[in-house]
Amino acid sequence: MTAHTFRDRRRRAVNRLMLALTGVCAVLTVVPLVLIFGYLLREGASSIDLAFLTHTPKPTGETGGGMANGIVGTLEMVGLAALIGLPVAIGAGMYLAESTGSRFATAVRFTADVLNGVPSIVTGIFVYLLVVVPTGGFSALAGSIALATMLVPMVTRTTEEMVRLVPREMLEGGLALGLPRWRTMLGIVLPAARGGIITGALVGIARIAGETAPLLFTALGNQFWQLDPRHPTAALPLQIFSYAISPYDDWHRQAWAGALLLILLVLTLSLGARLVFGRPERRA
Amino acid sequence: MDAQPLQRPRTPIPTAAPVPPAQQPGPAALPTAIEARDFSFWYGANQALNGISLVIPDRRVTAFIGPSGCGKSTFLRSINRMNELIPGTRHQGDVTLRGESVYRGEVDVVGLRRRIGMVFQKSNPFPKSIYDNVAYGPRVNGLARKRADLDELVETSLRSAALWDEVSDRLHTSALGLSGGQQQRLCIARALAAQPDVLLMDEPASALDPIATQKIEELIYGLKQQYTIVIVTHNMQQAARVSDFTAFFYMGSLVEMGRTDLLFTTPKEDRTEAYITGRFG
Repeated sequence: MTAHTFRDRRRRAVNRLMLALTGVCAVLTVVPLVLIFGYLLREGASSIDLAFLTHTPKPTGETGGGMANGIVGTLEMVGLAALIGLPVAIGAGMYLAESTGSRFATAVRFTADVLNGVPSIVTGIFVYLLVVVPTGGFSALAGSIALATMLVPMVTRTTEEMVRLVPREMLEGGLALGLPRWRTMLGIVLPAARGGIITGALVGIARIAGETAPLLFTALGNQFWQLDPRHPTAALPLQIFSYAISPYDDWHRQAWAGALLLILLVLTLSLGARLVFGRPERRA
Repeated sequence: MDAQPLQRPRTPIPTAAPVPPAQQPGPAALPTAIEARDFSFWYGANQALNGISLVIPDRRVTAFIGPSGCGKSTFLRSINRMNELIPGTRHQGDVTLRGESVYRGEVDVVGLRRRIGMVFQKSNPFPKSIYDNVAYGPRVNGLARKRADLDELVETSLRSAALWDEVSDRLHTSALGLSGGQQQRLCIARALAAQPDVLLMDEPASALDPIATQKIEELIYGLKQQYTIVIVTHNMQQAARVSDFTAFFYMGSLVEMGRTDLLFTTPKEDRTEAYITGRFG
């Protein structure tokens, strides 16, 4: 009995120690986000005002102005990237989920994983050569293509995982009714995986919304309004970058405000994804 | 059927006047719905079916019984070629539906499956509303073009599956909110809405409680007026209660098939007797 109580006590102590250690790690994971957000709030919150949201940048040296064109440009480019990238990614993800054994699918899966790890600046240079040089100029479209290039592998892999999670009985149920396979996939399996795919897409979009490097050689940035996607266009991350490395205090202030706005945008998208994910379909 | 060795469902269902057992025909004497000729099946190198030959009569309930892994589900899924979804499978011999080969020549698998409804062991309603679960197949297959026709088809199918009264006031709510037994009856309604010729049931009640099981069995008993039903079950009492004919499978072979009342009272094969008296399996 005594041996047991000693071992029990030891076991409990080790358990407590390990729990504490993992708890510390968990806190360390959250700390950066809290610090970043707190710092941005302190530095940037006071600079987010109506002018910041509705005006374009003032000429160099003048104070005031805002990032309205950058906000709209980011939304435009991210929207276009989603429009280009999501259909491709969801289609590819379904293909991968359906073809388990094939060598081609294995190759595509591996390529998607490698593409996921390609530094975003490389993606930018790639799209510069592929789109900017042949079309003869920087454009929002080129920026969108660069962002879509990053979005596709991410969403492809999550779509694949989510489609795989749909019980096989769904596919069999559809096929047993005499539905063609494509119809079963699109009408039954894909909707069953909808929640997870939307979450994956929103997380992916949140990720590309803050990207700066792929836009440097593609969208370039712009001090003025530009809604035509064939021309250089402003984007929040680009604006933040150029203001942050400038020598002017007013621009620094605006860079902080832009950064806060960007993180709010990303946070909103992530929370939206969480809301979708947190509402699981009722299962029997 | 006056000599009843085992219970029928408790609720009486009007049927044709009883015929004395001695005059009742065996499976081969009735019109044939499905026939298998020397049908074998392999999962990779693993042979699951070994030269099955049998006849499934029209508008009767035929039960497949046998211990786990005996090939009864594999054979059932061979009738509508669902096994083809598994890579690395192959077959030999043939299965015919109304005299037409299921496997040979230019058979359209999609068209074939429209003629053969299937109900699975685990109820698998689509993540859609109750209405859309039933309407999806007919809508895609073009069975009902107008809204009113579709409404009618949905109602008839749900009534045939004895589910209408329980769901008529919430047709447009999610099917996933139904109980397990209701979900299984919804799957039956869904299969019926495709207006099939044959209904395959793969252990349709094995995941259900006794009350829900009884409902499904009563349903099967009523549906055989219109459909040829093939049911796989590991429950011998269930086979005895619902089926007209029973086939006993063992280790990939068909040991014996005959009228259910005879097979359960006077089996011809020793292995059948051993199985139904609970000595193995």
